[in-house]
Amino acid sequence: MNWHAIWAIYVYEMKRFFRTLMESLLSPVISTTLYFVVFGAAIGSRISEVEGVSYGAFIVPGLIMLSVMTQGISNASFGIYFPKFIGTIFELLSAPVNFLEVVIGYVGAAATKALMIGVVILLTAWFFVDLRIAHPGAMLAFLILTCVSFSLFGFIIGIWAENFQQLQLIPLLVITPLVFLGGAFYSISMLPPAWQTVTLFNPVVYLVSGFRWAFFGMADVPVAASLAAIAIFTGLCLLAVYAIFRTGYRIRS
Amino acid sequence: MTAIVEVSGLTKTYKGGFQALKGVDLAIEEGEILALLGPNGAGKTTLISALCGIVQPTGGTARVGGFDVVEDYRGARAMIGLVPQEVALEPFEKVINTVRFSRGLFGYGKDEALIERILRQLSLWDKRHARIRELSGGMKRRVLIAKALCHEPRVLFLDEPTAGVDVELRRDMWDVVAELKAQGVTIILTTHYIEEAEAIADRVAVINGGQILLVEEKAALMRRMGCKELTIELTEPVAALPEALARWDLRLGAGGETLIYAYSTQGEGTGITRLLQDLSAAGLGLRDLATTQSSLEDIFVGLIKEGGA
Ligand SMILES: Nc1ncnc2c1ncn2[C@@H]1O[C@H](COP(=O)(O)OP(=O)(O)O)[C@@H](O)[C@H]1O
Ligand SMILES: [Mg+2]
Repeated sequence: MNWHAIWAIYVYEMKRFFRTLMESLLSPVISTTLYFVVFGAAIGSRISEVEGVSYGAFIVPGLIMLSVMTQGISNASFGIYFPKFIGTIFELLSAPVNFLEVVIGYVGAAATKALMIGVVILLTAWFFVDLRIAHPGAMLAFLILTCVSFSLFGFIIGIWAENFQQLQLIPLLVITPLVFLGGAFYSISMLPPAWQTVTLFNPVVYLVSGFRWAFFGMADVPVAASLAAIAIFTGLCLLAVYAIFRTGYRIRS
Repeated sequence: MTAIVEVSGLTKTYKGGFQALKGVDLAIEEGEILALLGPNGAGKTTLISALCGIVQPTGGTARVGGFDVVEDYRGARAMIGLVPQEVALEPFEKVINTVRFSRGLFGYGKDEALIERILRQLSLWDKRHARIRELSGGMKRRVLIAKALCHEPRVLFLDEPTAGVDVELRRDMWDVVAELKAQGVTIILTTHYIEEAEAIADRVAVINGGQILLVEEKAALMRRMGCKELTIELTEPVAALPEALARWDLRLGAGGETLIYAYSTQGEGTGITRLLQDLSAAGLGLRDLATTQSSLEDIFVGLIKEGGA
């Protein structure tokens, strides 16, 4: 393993993040606050509690997941797309590094950024609601796994994309609806039965449910199913990355 | 001397079916400067890209320092520094950071003293904290060279390093190349300027249409290529070459109005002064003089004819 190379990529990518630190952290803090105002105050006055948890607290895990997923994807996809776009990718291709090292560097940095944003949102939420975390270890594990797997997914999008529109297409068309319909703002049990069944095909439901279980000890789907869902998703992403590596898809002509 | 770069039967067919390399054989000696000379589209960048790992060869083999560029890519690439044809740099990054990044990417830890030496050598030390977008085009190219040198490569590829740069920078670049050669670095540079090959190379490889047409010592090649023609327009047409000019190798142009004298720029003087004296002694009046040099294209056409049918 070329550890120096992994570290070089990681540090370089993190620097980009810190160059725009205020923007990077401020926007999730502001949007979380807005979610609390809109959902917590407006809807929360009608739905006081969901399964024994105040509505304000109930939406926190979903909010964190939402940000972490979208941040992981956008950080990683942009991170690898940008060198392709400006041509600096030649350096990665001509360096004595293998694809795995490149992936670890870029995905590691993207996941770290997503994690930092997730933590900032958690801290922001603490200002608004009383939070307890029933299973801190599991909470952290879910959080990190989600950061990593969605950053992996973003990396694949970044390799695949040939222009900026494509770069934003998947997050916009696929991820945002899945996340909004993924039970971030409601419990699946609040839906009509037919929709409950449909929802079970949404992978995000499993992530949000598992993450919420780590906070409040309650879940829409069994925790094991949540773990399986994220493991399968990570596995598929790794498989795709491996395929890219084998074929040089869209990186090496 | 041993070959540090060995290319054998290398082919590259791009997606879409265009064959950019048609079986390239080439051996580059350690420590030499080889100019890869060829017109646009000849396959120079493709050849370099295949050696550096940017393009996947579709056939043949290539070794750098004994390492196969595909099988033992780590060993091969560790020896190579590449300065690409297009200036590709992240605009918001600082000069020194982008150089440090390159060093890390090649698997080395920090060495600030080395980076300082390289940046000073390239007159970039004062600009080390400047962001790339604040630099002139010439300075950006030097940053690319600094990035290529910061892992101390044994083989340096310079893809059209002086295309579109001003004369001063071109001289600087040549000085840098000479300095690197003195340090024992093998240098392969592509160019479509004969003068550039002439100025700095030890050997010249001519490539066209994805094939190496010849590899030759520069001096020998320049003798062959450095042919010029002097066209002398006469005031009065002549029917035949005057006896007095028999010792000159002259051709009579159409209609007898011009004399054409072919000479080498490489010899001990061209003889033009004495020819002109002889002309006036023979009583021929001159209306005009013009010289033409065979262009690179002419030379390629000549080479293809020689080598081909
Ligand atoms: N990615 C590519 N896909 C298809 N054709 C290419 C690609 N890159 C270069 N070519 C073609 O290969 C030929 C050689 O190009 P190149 O190696 O860049 O030449 P040079 O560097 O000598 O100007 C050209 O005809 C060019 O159009
Ligand atoms: Mg080229």
